[in-house]
Amino acid sequence: MAFESLTDKFQNIFSTLKKKGKLSEQDVKLALREVKLALLEADVNFKVVKKFVKDIRERAVGHEVMESLTPGQQVIKIVNEELVKLMGEEKSDLTFSKESPTVYMMVGLQGAGKTTTTAKLAGSLKKSGKKPLLVACDVYRPAAIKQLQVVGGQIDVPVFTMGDKNKPVDIAKAAIESADKNGNNVVIIDTAGRLHIDEDMMGELIEIKENINPQEILLVVDAMTGQDAVNVAENFNEKIGIDGVILTKLDGDTRGGSALSVRAVTNKPIKFACIGEKLTDIEVFHPERMASRILGM
Amino acid sequence: SSFTKIDEDFYEELEEALIVADLGVNTAMTIIEDLREKVKENKIKDTAGVRELLMEELKELMKNEENLYEFTEKKSVVLVIGVNGVGKTTTIGKLANQYKQKGKKVILAAADTFRAAAIDQLAEWSNRAGVELISQQENSDPGAVVFDAVQAAKAREADLLICDTAGRLHNKKNLMEELRKIFKIINREYPEAHKEVLLVLDSTTGQNALQQAKQFKDIADITGIVLTKLDGTAKGGIAVAIQTELNIPVKYIGVGEGIDDMQQFNSEDFVSALFEE
Ligand SMILES: Nc1nc2c(ncn2[C@@H]2O[C@H](COP(=O)(O)OP(=O)(O)OP(=O)(O)O)[C@@H](O)[C@H]2O)c(=O)[nH]1
Ligand SMILES: Nc1nc2c(ncn2[C@@H]2O[C@H](COP(=O)(O)OP(=O)(O)OP(=O)(O)O)[C@@H](O)[C@H]2O)c(=O)[nH]1
Ligand SMILES: [K+]
Ligand SMILES: [Mg+2]
Ligand SMILES: [Mg+2]
Repeated sequence: MAFESLTDKFQNIFSTLKKKGKLSEQDVKLALREVKLALLEADVNFKVVKKFVKDIRERAVGHEVMESLTPGQQVIKIVNEELVKLMGEEKSDLTFSKESPTVYMMVGLQGAGKTTTTAKLAGSLKKSGKKPLLVACDVYRPAAIKQLQVVGGQIDVPVFTMGDKNKPVDIAKAAIESADKNGNNVVIIDTAGRLHIDEDMMGELIEIKENINPQEILLVVDAMTGQDAVNVAENFNEKIGIDGVILTKLDGDTRGGSALSVRAVTNKPIKFACIGEKLTDIEVFHPERMASRILGM
Repeated sequence: SSFTKIDEDFYEELEEALIVADLGVNTAMTIIEDLREKVKENKIKDTAGVRELLMEELKELMKNEENLYEFTEKKSVVLVIGVNGVGKTTTIGKLANQYKQKGKKVILAAADTFRAAAIDQLAEWSNRAGVELISQQENSDPGAVVFDAVQAAKAREADLLICDTAGRLHNKKNLMEELRKIFKIINREYPEAHKEVLLVLDSTTGQNALQQAKQFKDIADITGIVLTKLDGTAKGGIAVAIQTELNIPVKYIGVGEGIDDMQQFNSEDFVSALFEE
């Protein structure tokens, strides 16, 4: 890791303060400056950091910290607790519709990991006894359909495609009919990557949503995303309405502060973390682990 | 904005703007410290003047030397590397098209033999650009593909051989070693060619991009950066941190998914965009 961990930094600050026994407001301010820098280094969005630090300050200047024998540890504990709270305290499972099939729709920026994650999700649902169908609604990217067919083949899950000459909404509708006919109780729609500011392409997603009424729209976010994560999440959520988030590429050494940003601006749960290119590299998201990771602890 | 007085709040606001553009805390602080000095030296008295100076300093920092594109005038092997999904394959399609249109003989090598349908994707780009593709089966050895492609480039006297590689995270030892091997093969088989190593970075990436640049630089001498997806709302400010710390220039920017959506980097435009809302 390129930077000292927050714990190290705290230890430095507080070792000089130890003899004092008590913390002053100024001490807390210094500590919170380190928290702020650590969060920014971890790519948490600037506005999110500001509000977060303000909230913590209010707690940290209270009795429990100032009078404590280990004030440094106390501040870290509060920061961690608040982070976990912000990240969503509980893990959040996928939901299923009463009527079959349950339809999930994968959306997100270009290259975030939608197609790969579509297959990962299908693989894990298949393991739990579902019969998934994958739907190739990316009619733009070169070889996107082939890519979905290949990963579908790797987990032995069927892929519905109508080539690249039909509208995605029509493909999605036909896919659901096909699922009904063939007894597929889960349908996962892979869509093309798009920019949150591309009105036409966002309109396409709205059209699909209105026609097929998916159980969940899952925003796939690259964990390495920087400050822009809030713009992306906010736009996707406002324009289409998302139900959950999947973080990808967490097998790198990114702190993954974008997780916090996305969660803070959408208030939607992060449901899965993806940790590699293999189709088994997906796990349920644990907020508290992510909190420690962002803080570098 | 709202500031008319040069005070702490004003400097803080400037620093914030840099952080929001993804320059990172360290780079932003360093730049603002330098700025304070220069404002004193030059006896600048108004905030507009300070802003202007900041822009000038950044433009100067990011300004490229003249000879950055000389690889396009030589017999060159262009190795395109980067983490997953940043836009390597698409960039290769755009590059191939641009230089084919300028009358160059371009050959592409499909050395991403790993990702599902990566070869088909590059094949489609080679069709669009109208250039030749050297490829093997999925899951074959990427080094063997590059070896073949180099022989083809030599035999056909290609101007540019552009090699696609699989996306790989910089912290994966095995995959990075594989890249080192590819680089070795190019050097061994085609020593007389100019080597151009382009690291592709997604402009939406945050501080991790600096880590990426460092680790990839250890494997192969990166000669330039391609900053993709600047058509979104991300600013790509991490390129400033990379320039500051590693002195690697940005050579191209990606501004869309179409074959013509690539431009040579322009520091004026880039720096102006850093501060746009
Ligand atoms: N290391 C790592 N790579 C991943 C992960 N998830 C996806 N990838 C890789 O990221 C790249 C992009 O993944 P795709 O699934 O094609 O992304 P996409 O969102 O469908 O891309 P578009 O359809 O072009 O928008 C591929 O190289 C994947 O193998 C992950 O969790 N870890
Ligand atoms: N908006 C936008 N999208 C881009 C740009 N460059 C590439 N893309 C898109 O980003 C996605 C990933 O591009 P690829 O070229 O497949 O990326 P890659 O680095 O080769 O990916 P892997 O081989 O899986 O590591 C595709 O959907 C591209 O269309 C760009 O400049 N702007
Ligand atoms: K932009
Ligand atoms: Mg895809
Ligand atoms: Mg590729």
